[in-house]
Amino acid sequence: MKVLRFILQKEFRQIFRDKTILAMMFVMPTVQLIVMPLAMNFDVKNVNISLVDHDHSTYSQKLISKIASSGYFRIISSDFSFKEALMHIEKEEADLVVEIPSGFERNLVRDGAQKLAVSVDAINGSKASIGGSYLNTVISDFNAGIDINIRNINKTPSGVIDISFRNWFNPMAEYKYYIVPGILVLLLTMIGGFMTALNIVREKEVGTIEQINVTPIKKWEFILGKLIPFWVIGMTVFSIGLVVCFVVYRIVPEGSIALIYLIASVYLIALLGFGLLISTYSDNQVQAMFVAFFFMMIFMLMSGLFTSIDSMPTWARIISNLTPVTHFIKVVRMIVLKGSGFEEVKTELCYILAFAFVLNGWAIWNYRKTN
Amino acid sequence: MEEKAIICKELTKQFGDFYAVNKISFEVSKGEIFGFLGANGAGKTTAMRILCGLSYPSSGTASVAGFDVYRQQESIKKNIGYMSQKFSLYENLTVLENIEFFGGVYGVSRKEIKERSNDLLETLGLQKESRKMVGELPLGWKQKLAFSVAIFHRPKIVFLDEPTGGVDPVTRRQFWDMIYEAAASGITVFVTTHYMDEAEYCNRISVMVDGRVEALDTPANLKHQFSADTIDEVFYQLARGAKRSAD
Ligand SMILES: Nc1ncnc2c1ncn2[C@@H]1O[C@H](COP(=O)(O)OP(=O)(O)OP(=O)(O)O)[C@@H](O)[C@H]1O
Ligand SMILES: [Mg+2]
Repeated sequence: MKVLRFILQKEFRQIFRDKTILAMMFVMPTVQLIVMPLAMNFDVKNVNISLVDHDHSTYSQKLISKIASSGYFRIISSDFSFKEALMHIEKEEADLVVEIPSGFERNLVRDGAQKLAVSVDAINGSKASIGGSYLNTVISDFNAGIDINIRNINKTPSGVIDISFRNWFNPMAEYKYYIVPGILVLLLTMIGGFMTALNIVREKEVGTIEQINVTPIKKWEFILGKLIPFWVIGMTVFSIGLVVCFVVYRIVPEGSIALIYLIASVYLIALLGFGLLISTYSDNQVQAMFVAFFFMMIFMLMSGLFTSIDSMPTWARIISNLTPVTHFIKVVRMIVLKGSGFEEVKTELCYILAFAFVLNGWAIWNYRKTN
Repeated sequence: MEEKAIICKELTKQFGDFYAVNKISFEVSKGEIFGFLGANGAGKTTAMRILCGLSYPSSGTASVAGFDVYRQQESIKKNIGYMSQKFSLYENLTVLENIEFFGGVYGVSRKEIKERSNDLLETLGLQKESRKMVGELPLGWKQKLAFSVAIFHRPKIVFLDEPTGGVDPVTRRQFWDMIYEAAASGITVFVTTHYMDEAEYCNRISVMVDGRVEALDTPANLKHQFSADTIDEVFYQLARGAKRSAD
């Protein structure tokens, strides 16, 4: 323990001496959080819809006017068949087709449930799928409205419209709520993955690691000595990020902040372990940089940060689940947007814990004081 | 029976089919200053790293301070100091911070560190520089500091890999005064050098050629054996047949 204190003292001294790195640590989260969501603003305003109403009932009319008045959609046509509506998509006039089946009103009132078909143009995928999730929100809203009406009339159980869209619990239907937490994750990932790897490999390059390896320092002391300082920095950056989220975007996590911190800290340990692991396999900073970059790219692309995991083929989904980032993003979005509690994120937390153990264990195992 | 600080038998290190160290055998007594000579690429650093527990031998046996180099590297490390060929104190830490760190990881208490570093700075004449970054010091001072740090925790044996490489003659003399002082306090000194005048300062020297120890004795005996006036001459006779060029 005493030895660990000496190591920590040395690490902190070195970190705080390097003013560029220090500045980067604090400028990076702020700038990235402010600039990236702007650059990646996929907010979609005018989603074009082709309607096929087979029901022509009061309810279907209500739903249509609800959609039209939401402000996000433009109804460009009312068609008699799905085929006709599809023509509009083919001509790139429409992004979505909403098909209201006959018996919509009857089934909703009688059975309390009704399916609704929403078809999305997969070519302009992002616009259409975001439009799809907006529509989802509108329909849920409508659903709630029906609920009350039905109760008032004949006290039957609430009507449920079954919709196949995944809902991100993004009630304002604005993209920033989706992307900003993602960038927070990205930040933590970069810090965790790169900082430790580069730091240790630098000691290898300069030759000071040899001087460390010839001392009786225990492996765990050395590893903890590297983990703890970067963990502290990572959590600081994460906190700054949360503040920026609030100040700039007014995003306040729906769920518990303590829970977010708990999960972020475990996640950071996993990613730091990943950085350590890379450092034990590389001899110089260029190597470490390339390897880290390679994995970071995979992590970013496969994690569902910018793309939907649900739309990935099975093999990609398997890879996706094998990256810690995927699980962390999921949890952060669940807590920030949906307000999920411990029970709901338990499984994901276990995944992240497993990553933390495996990556750090592997790193300690592969770190050799004698070659 | 006289106790030995280092015992080496047929110690070998292979890289692929290349024998960097080829069946070297020697013993170093406690308190001795042992010079480990050899041309560039002879295998000195490789052998020294094995003895320090930094690298596994391929075959042969060796024990350092009574501990086996295959299984007890961490015990060896508690009992030795090592000054590597490449300067390896932290350049972005101050003189005091380096002393504190390395003292600390060897288990010297904070109080002891404080006392000993005061003495140390005084003998080195570095009091004014104690808060300077090590990277800013001139080479001679760096090397003296590195040596002082290597024996700061009072090890039984200190390994010095070309400690005076690139250092001016005056500083080299001072450096050897420090080595003598350490030896007088009971520390066994295992040192490599390319300066033949320094070899004369050693109690015994060995000369390595292409991974093998070709000669081992006191400087006087070696000169006698090779009918030479200087160690320089002895070294030349032995090393001119070397196949390995500078690496
Ligand atoms: N990790 C390694 N892999 C392959 N060959 C190596 C390795 N380390 C050293 N060698 C080779 O082993 C030989 C001995 O190297 P070593 O560094 O021990 O020599 P040295 O006597 O210390 O030389 P110098 O006086 O230049 O420091 C050299 O030819 C070197 O190229
Ligand atoms: Mg060498």
